[in-house]
Amino acid sequence: MDYFLMFIGAVFVNNIVLAQYLGQCPYLGCSKEKSVSIGMGSAVCFVAVLATAITWVVQKKLLDPYDLGYLQTIVFILVIAALVQFVEMFLKKMIPPLYKSLGIFLPLITTNCCVLGLAILVQREEYGLGVAVYYSFAASMGFMLALILMAGIRERFALCRVPRGLQGTSLGLIMAGLMSLSFMAFKGMI
Amino acid sequence: MASMWKEFSKGLWNEIPPFRLVLGLCPTLAVTKSADNGLGMGLAVIFVLVLSNAFISAVRKIIPKKVRIVCFIAISATLVVAVELLMQAFAYPLYQQLGIFVPLIVVNCIILGRAEAFAAKNPVHLSIADGLGIGVGYTLALTLVGALREMLGTGMLFGKYIMWESFQPFKIMVEAPGAFLALGSLLGLMNCITIIQARKRGDELPVNLTSGCGGACCNPEK
Repeated sequence: MDYFLMFIGAVFVNNIVLAQYLGQCPYLGCSKEKSVSIGMGSAVCFVAVLATAITWVVQKKLLDPYDLGYLQTIVFILVIAALVQFVEMFLKKMIPPLYKSLGIFLPLITTNCCVLGLAILVQREEYGLGVAVYYSFAASMGFMLALILMAGIRERFALCRVPRGLQGTSLGLIMAGLMSLSFMAFKGMI
Repeated sequence: MASMWKEFSKGLWNEIPPFRLVLGLCPTLAVTKSADNGLGMGLAVIFVLVLSNAFISAVRKIIPKKVRIVCFIAISATLVVAVELLMQAFAYPLYQQLGIFVPLIVVNCIILGRAEAFAAKNPVHLSIADGLGIGVGYTLALTLVGALREMLGTGMLFGKYIMWESFQPFKIMVEAPGAFLALGSLLGLMNCITIIQARKRGDELPVNLTSGCGGACCNPEK
């Protein structure tokens, strides 16, 4: 039951985009079409879960025993950069259909703050390995949900006339504000 | 000297990061609960940006083209670790306030964006001027957004009460939705000013007002 609540909490109450402000660039940039946002969402989910697991092991087995905690940032980002490269090559060779749907998003993910943010967040919360992986899965599901919702709204907006100054990112941010307002209502659930 | 001033001053209005380049949105939203948080974050970014621009432009001829992104990330990550340690030593309350967003300066698109777009092509002194200009512009923008949210959300500015007595604070402005609303409306305002300016001068209207790292995601095939 606790795990269920944690999932709901990570997806709705503390949504990573709308309440924790991570991953704004893809949220505003990749939300023009639903198919693109699903692709980006699943790529982030895939990499975030893998990255959380690997960085957790690195932190606990390598950095903590040798008292190197202050190197966390630089080690994590290099691990993530290497991981993304490796995943890209692996998918290209082994699972071409998956590479076709996720491949174009992978290079963008290295500098996505969702992935590094989740890896650091689970360290600060001091979760165990299983919970950390579960949490980062739940949080990236929340990311995908926000992206798909935004894409749905944007597809309708393409048909409307908006004031020139508000077009694009500006209106996107205001819509995100309204979405975040409605997500705040979930706070009463837990 | 004149060219250095040109590179510096473009960051203050023509290419002010969160509004014109639309880079580095996550910290702009997250740390602007109050004006002094915004200012502190901005100073940290100035430090990283100026030094990373300087180092990258100094070694730009040595780095092979294929692995340049990883090299840029390694350089900026080193500087971010330095900032983290400095902040823990000298500004611990601020470090705690900014929380996870201090290490996340590494993945701030401004740092990599300027490295790729400017420092990798230009000599050291121009790159420092560019980093300083963009950094100061970013700090100004963060402080502006922070001041707006703090004023409307709590009636205070830099911790001092400034609104009239019967003022009822809009609590929502210091919560998550307020961040999006404040930044969205400021961005819209900036765009309107640009359009009016362009009309007055009789120029063509700028076609793509807002792209930035979001724009790069839209067209991944580029």
